[in-house]
Parts: sequence; structure tokens; C-alpha cells
Amino acid sequence: MSWEVVIGLEVHCQINTKTKAFCGCSTEFGAEPNSQTCPVCLGMPGQLPVLNDVAAKKTILTGLAINADINLESKFDRKNYFYPDLPKGYQISQFAVPIVEGGYIDIPTKDGEKRLGVTRIHMEEDAGKSMHEGLDAVSHIDLNRSGIPLMEIVSEPDMRSADEAIAYLKQLHQIIKFLGVSGADMEKGQFRCDANVSVRQKGAPLGTRTEMKNMNSFRFIKQAIEFEVLRQIEIIEDGGEVKQESRLWDSVKNESRSMRSKEEAHDYRYFPEPDLPPLRVTQEEVDAIKAGMPELPNQLRKRFETEFGLSAYDADVLTQTQSLAQWYEALVASHPANPKQCANWLANELLGRLKELNKDISESPISAQALASLLDRIADNTISGKIAKDVLDAMMASGKNVDAIIDEKGLKQVSDTGAIDAMIQEVLDANQGQVEAYKGGQDRLFGFFVGQVMKASKGKANPAMVNQRLKELLG
Amino acid sequence: MDIDVKKIANLSRIRLTDVEAADLAPQLSSIMGYIDKLSEVNTDGVPPTAHPHDVAMPQRADVVTNPSRRDALQQPAPRTESGLYVVPKVLE
Amino acid sequence: MPFRSLTDIQAQLHAGETTAVQVAQLYLDRIAQYNDDLNAFVHIDPENVLAQAEASDAYRKEHDARPLEGLPIAVKDIFCTQNGPTRCCSNILEDFEAPYDAHVITRLKEAGAVLVGKTNMDEFAMGSSNETSAFGGVQNPWNTDCIPGGSSGGSAAAVAAGLTPAALGTDTGGSIRQPAALTGLVGLKPTYGRVSRRGIIAFASSLDQAGPMTRTVKDTAMLTSVMIGHDAGDATSVADAPNFDWLKACEGRDMKGLKIGKPKEYFIDGMDKEVRAQVEAALTQCEALGAEIVDISLPHTEYAVAAYYVIAPSEASTNLSRYDAVRFGHRCDNPEDLEDMYARSRDEGFGAEVKRRILTGTFALSSGYYDAYYLKAQKVRTLISQDFKEAFEQVDIIATPTSPVPAFKSGEKTDDPITMYLSDIFTIAVNLAGLPALSQPCGFSQDLPVGLQWIAPAWQEDTILAAASAYENATDWHTKSPVKFGGEA
Repeated sequence: MSWEVVIGLEVHCQINTKTKAFCGCSTEFGAEPNSQTCPVCLGMPGQLPVLNDVAAKKTILTGLAINADINLESKFDRKNYFYPDLPKGYQISQFAVPIVEGGYIDIPTKDGEKRLGVTRIHMEEDAGKSMHEGLDAVSHIDLNRSGIPLMEIVSEPDMRSADEAIAYLKQLHQIIKFLGVSGADMEKGQFRCDANVSVRQKGAPLGTRTEMKNMNSFRFIKQAIEFEVLRQIEIIEDGGEVKQESRLWDSVKNESRSMRSKEEAHDYRYFPEPDLPPLRVTQEEVDAIKAGMPELPNQLRKRFETEFGLSAYDADVLTQTQSLAQWYEALVASHPANPKQCANWLANELLGRLKELNKDISESPISAQALASLLDRIADNTISGKIAKDVLDAMMASGKNVDAIIDEKGLKQVSDTGAIDAMIQEVLDANQGQVEAYKGGQDRLFGFFVGQVMKASKGKANPAMVNQRLKELLG
Repeated sequence: MDIDVKKIANLSRIRLTDVEAADLAPQLSSIMGYIDKLSEVNTDGVPPTAHPHDVAMPQRADVVTNPSRRDALQQPAPRTESGLYVVPKVLE
Repeated sequence: MPFRSLTDIQAQLHAGETTAVQVAQLYLDRIAQYNDDLNAFVHIDPENVLAQAEASDAYRKEHDARPLEGLPIAVKDIFCTQNGPTRCCSNILEDFEAPYDAHVITRLKEAGAVLVGKTNMDEFAMGSSNETSAFGGVQNPWNTDCIPGGSSGGSAAAVAAGLTPAALGTDTGGSIRQPAALTGLVGLKPTYGRVSRRGIIAFASSLDQAGPMTRTVKDTAMLTSVMIGHDAGDATSVADAPNFDWLKACEGRDMKGLKIGKPKEYFIDGMDKEVRAQVEAALTQCEALGAEIVDISLPHTEYAVAAYYVIAPSEASTNLSRYDAVRFGHRCDNPEDLEDMYARSRDEGFGAEVKRRILTGTFALSSGYYDAYYLKAQKVRTLISQDFKEAFEQVDIIATPTSPVPAFKSGEKTDDPITMYLSDIFTIAVNLAGLPALSQPCGFSQDLPVGLQWIAPAWQEDTILAAASAYENATDWHTKSPVKFGGEA
């Protein structure tokens, strides 16, 4: 039997604001419990919401970045349910008319780009936090998170594998980071995902779906989806029926379980939030937001390929974050002769070293200009590429500039014909046997001589000259 | 009209004894029966009114304005501990 | 003195003939004397009242008097006030003290008013007779066997009996105008969005509006002019609302050129004959003052009550979800678990009418019924607004009876929700359309006051104030006060 997997994703992403969605409380992470609350986000009698104007702007920006339509009039609704961390007994959300509708994200697949639909993005407020661990018959409620603005990004059920789902999420995560609309820190719960998963026979109508709730790591999401797909297939192949339910991924046991508390059929009784008139934006405001939109990862990747001749792989690596892409462009600006070499040195040498130091490009101890001057010294034959790697180590450790290190350590490349000839002669004298063999036709030994000369020069001999002179002296 | 009063009471999180439910059912039925009058009105093509005036929502600037005054705000709470609200255990 | 208007007391204070402390003491004495008969106040803190009055007298010595300097104003228990209880006359808010003042309260304090105490009301403003209060019913000063109307019944009784010269109420479906009518007062529900709702405990957010209850039209204008104004903390408070000089608007002495609409749907069989006769007599008087009476129709009037009893309970059902025993309010003893805590706390905390409305609203919004009830009611709401718009193309203002009947006997309608709901038949459409409307006394039926209701287009309270002032100037109904409480009938 041939099974097809159908996945739709709902991402809850914290909008990057100083204050909550509907009140002037700080959104700073990690504050004392309930220290960032006020009568509004505590749902106290008579208190009313007023929307944070940054929340709408950032949601619109996100919508534009995924090629969606912006509704010039959108509405807020109440989603009603009781939960101790939901102070008003309803969540203010956008149900009937969200601010963003109908976009898409392109992901790379082995068969080329695939376009995945985004149904809508709507704004809503977060709930607080319930804590149960280590408590006996009670739970503790912290409402610092209550009222923090979220955008919920809802995809079409367009994904056909866990890998596609992850590719979509990574792309979305990257776009959001580029736009600066969210910290999107998954460990802080700023980017959380619900996955709707079902399976069907190819061509058959959609199967019953289950919802995997509240996952905040790409790895867990992939594991959870894969687990769920197998679970559903097994149920059906055993003649059973998949039950529509919410499930929770247990990353310790590597399995999911049904959420009992969500089993009770919800009736959210959505209706228009009477405390908030419709949200209106003008086309001019939307255009102004669009004009301020930074270059997106996809656009950057394509530009790096065409403008700098990078491979798709390198372009992808260097556009992972905005700061990395900017660093690369600064490097090329200072060393315009060879953008590909810039890419290699940044991606392989510098990033590799930073990774060992557990540092981000923004925390690099050397500047783009400093790396560029190192590349300049390779280009003008002052040092070899191999020596340059040692110089880079020294630069990162000491913060000194490239020329100071070359001088200090005497690493300047030897390009003097006389000195090189002397070293070659020494090597040939010491290895008469190999010279005979070479002359007898063993061409492979040429490399051996180059190696010996370089070794004798402690790596400082100009390799191109060594090659040239060896050929001449060996006849 | 038959209204499942127990179900509605459960959605509303209001305990109703069987006796109360039996009392309320005919009351709610008669209220909803009166409201059914609305079905006489032809509302084809009529837009719904959610807000009395056709005005747009004002918004506030993203500036922190609330001082932390947890103690005063928790003063009316039935039960707190170390600044946290305490409720019977929440099942997930 | 006890039955004087705010403006008269203000004149005496300005003239130095009395002090804020003397005025406050007079009303505190009357409250002590009569409140047991009326149950109009549910909270009084005499020391605090006198302290405010002393502060006002001190302020007056140093500065120019503020707009309400030293004037006593009672406040319905629905307004949040710091340093004392705010309970909305519900057991669910037992012991609740708000850590903030309502926006309107702040405005009154800044204007120098002396807040005299919290008045009784129907629980969460859900009622038309003040009989749903957790603190018991209120007696009508004109006949203590009767209800004072609701939900602002305590405010109405307090002003009518001369326990305070003015009070604040709120009006979701007639809760200022109907009790004002039933106790012989002037009561205004301003245009929706004119007065901030922040800090006023919500009943139905798209309908609620606060307003004053006073003895004269001018007092109403004076008090409203302080209550209004844009509040950035209420997204439904309208920023660029048209405004005017509220006191000047009360200088009308005739009605020359005024076209008054008389909607046939508000003069119907089944209403009290004497009420109808008094209101028609008032319209005749208006004609004598120069007005033209135009017969009009507001064809969807008969659906207003049904639409209201979907929309108001629906909004209320979710507005009242916050009373969940977690952050404030009543929590039952020894809850077995979370669900038990919710269900039992809310069962114990809410009274029968509030529960009825929560259940009605929950039902109307529930899956499978939303379109038939809530959406339908919203569409009918549109038609009701359109009726008014079309009428105001023909006339400047509309006049109707405020209530189809005078005050009824306590207990008379408590067993029949629908009959009770129909008490608001003439006031509800105004809230659905968000319009301003005022009730003023225009006679008596069975020795009980009758109210005349004026309705104007949105933001045109000045038209109402001009007409009501001219009528008041030409009549003496507003000078009557209940003999039993020392007044002159």
C-alpha cells in the first residue's frame, strides 16, 4: 500500500515588542512571577484592551514577506474557554477577518522548489503559564506572559513529509529573524509549532487528523511527526480508526500521548470583540511598511549566486542570518578581487573557528576588514594560503593586524629565486636516489620534492615559484 | 425548544443541580422562544452591526507605562504564594 | 435644601452661604435617617465623605472653584473606586476592592466632587427593578411598596428621596432612563463612545454607557460635561466626538422650528393609559412652545427587545468569565479540583438572573446557534439603527414615553423574565443604535412619576438638552418630591 502523509502547521510566534498586545506591561523575559502584570492583563473588572501599534505593523511586514494579501480592515474576536492561565476567560484573537491572508513560502526539495501555501496570519494574545512540577494538589499561575502579542501563522495542508515540514519551518523561522519581527528564540517559547498530521492512500480524501501541540524544537517536531505518521498507519493497517484529538510529544520517552484535558469537545463561541472596533490600515501605510522591508533570505541567496558567482550551497550558508550575510558583503567590499575566496574563508575558516569558540558571527573577534587584509596578503604573495591559516589563528587570539603578525613571526613568503634555488639544491643533494628515479620516469616524485622544499622553508617558500624552479632544475 | 441546560451550564462553568436545571430549562426555552421573533425579520443582504459607530480602532504606542505593583494587584486574590496565584491542580 | 439642584447648591457654595462640609453633613444625616427605608446605598463611609468635603473647602480657599467643587455625587456600585468596596451588588465580588478608579471617577475627583458612597443596583446591572441585587431590593421613594426601576435603582432612589443631589448610573438597555422615569428624575444616556467605560464593570460592552441622574436638565448637562472626554484607555471612546457648550445648550426656552417625531410604535395598546395620556399632554405642551409634532414610524421597534436579549447576554456571558475565583472574587470552600472550583464558586457567587443571562448568552453563541441568534440579532440591530437614521431625515428629535408603565409593585414581575424584560421596551432600541437619550419627568400616573424620553441623532445631546430645558422651564414636574421623605408633591 502506498501512504501519503498530509501535514499542516500552525506556528505561534511572539511579536517583538516592548510591551504587551493590549496593555503597557513589559515583555522582558525572565522577570519575577507576576511582576509584569496590570489590571488589564489580569482581566480585572472594568479593564479594557488597547492594541499596541507595533504588533500590527510587524504582522503586516511578515505578511508582505510571504507574498500575502493585507486586509485593510481586520477584526478581533473573543475565543472563549476557561483555563486558570487565561485571565479573562477568553483570548482576544482574530477569527473571522485576520490581518493577513493567502501567502506562500518556497522550499528547496530534491525535485526543485516547492511552493507551500500560507492560509493566514492573525494576531492574538498569549496566555500565562501554569506550573505543576513539584507541587502536590495545586498549580501555580504566573501571568507575566499573559497578553504578550503573538502572530499565528497557519499553513495550508501542503506538506507531504516531516522533512518538508521542517524545511518550511526553517524557512519561516529565517524570514522572521531577517524581518526582526520576533526574537523567534525557540527555547524561550517565542516560536512554537502545532502540527496537524493525517495519512491517506494516494488520491483518497483527507484522513482524520491529529494535532501535535506546542513543540519548540525542529528535532522534536520531526520526531513527533514521524512517530505520528507511523502510529496512524499502524492503526489503519490493523483495521482501526484514527481518533481526532490533540496529542503532546514527550521528548524523553520519544512518544506522543493523548491530551486528556483537550478531549472534551471545545466550543469556543467566537464572536466579535465588542471592546475593539475594526482595525483599519491604509494602502499607503502598507506601502510604507513594504518600502522598509529588508532583503529576504531567498532574494539574498539569488543575488549572492549571480553577483558573486557563489555556489548554491555557499550562498545558502552565507544567508543563514542577516548578520552573516552583512559580514560577507563587508568582506567582499574590502576584498573585491575574489568573492568566491571570501566565501571560502568566511564559511570554512572563520565560521569553523567561531563554532569551536561557541560564538556567533556578530561576536567574531576580528572584523571583516581584518579578514580582507589577510586575503590581500595571500593575493600579493606575501604569505601562502597554508601560512594564512596560522596567521588567522594568531589574529583571532591576539587581535593584532595581519602585517604585525607576519613580521613578528617572520612568516613572510620567500619569493627570492636565489634563496629558493639554494633550498632546492640542498633537497636534491640529500635525495640523490629519488632524483635518479624521477629522471628514470617516476613523475609522481615531483610532489615529494615540492614537499621537501616547502618543509625546508618552513612553509614560507612561494609554492608557485618552487614548482617552477624545481621543474627547471630537474631538467 | 429543547435546550441542553446542563451542557450550557458546563460551558459556562456554573454548577446546576438537577432541580435547578429542571427549573431553568422552561425559562430558557421561553426566553429563546421569544427571541425566535427575530426570524420574522427579513435580513437578506443586511450587514451585521458589532459596534454602534463606524469608527476605526485607536492604537497605543509601544511604551512601557505600567509600574510593577504586584502586591496591590494580588491583594484581592483568594490564594497566592510567593507572588504566584494558587489554584487546584491543572490537568494537562 | 435636600431637594435642591446641583446648580443651586453650587450657587450657595460660591456665595459662601454654606460649605462643602455642611452640605455633605446634611446628606449624610439624611442617609442615616432614611437609607434603612430605601436600601439605596450599599456602602457609605461618612468619615471619608467629610474628609473629601474638607479638602474641597480648603481647595476653594486657595484656588478658583473647580466645575463640581464640593458637590456631593453618589456612585452606582458598578464604578470601580479605590479605598472601599466595589461589588456590582454581586456575591461573586464579595470583599472586592478595586486597586484603581474608573476613568469617570477620576474626572469627578479632579473636578472637585465629593463622592458620597456606592448605590444599590441590580446585580451586574442585569434587571429592571433593582430586585436582583445581592444586597436586596430598593424602595421607590414615591411609594415604598414599589420598585424604583433598574438597574440604577439605588442611584434613582437616593436622588429622588433627597439623600444626594445627583448620582451616576449606567445604561445598557435603559438602566438610567427607566429608573429616572419611575422616580421623577432627569437621566441621560449619552451617545455611545462619549463617556469612557474604563473602570466601569462591563455588562454588555457594545451597549454600556455611563450617565448622570439628577433633579434638573441643567444638572445633567453640568455633570455630563465633566464625565465625557476621550480616554486613550478605552478603544471605544471616540476621539474626535463633536462637542458643544453643555450649559449653554440648556438655555432653550421655546421650541420654535423644532420638529419632534412621534413614533407610532411607542404609543401602543397595552401600555399604561395614564402614562400615554401624560406623554401626549407633554407633546401638546411642546406644540404650544412652538414645536411641530410629526408622526413617524420606527418599524423594527418590536424586534428591539429580542435582539437586545441576544446581544446583551452574549456579551455578558463572556464579560463575566473573568469571575473565575483565581485572581479576585469569591472562591468556594475546599474545592475538590479545578472544575469544582469554577462551577461551585460561580454557582455560589452569581444570582439567579445573572445565571439566566450567562446561560442565554452562552447558548446564543454556541456552535450551531450562532447564525440563527447572534448574527441574526446583529443584522436586526443594523435595521434598528437604519430606522432611526431615516427618521432623523424628517425630524430633529424623537419623543416617546420612557417606560410603558409607572413603577410596579415589588415582586410583581420577578417570576416572569419576559414580562420583566419588556419593561425596557421603549429604552432598548436607543442602546442598540448607540444614540443619546434623556428621560425627564412629565406627570404622574397613580401618584407615581411618568417619564418623557427624548432621543437625538448621535452626538446631538445639545438638541435634547435644549428641548428638555424648554419643557422643564414651562412645567413644574421636576420640582415635585416625595412627601414621605420631606418633599413637596
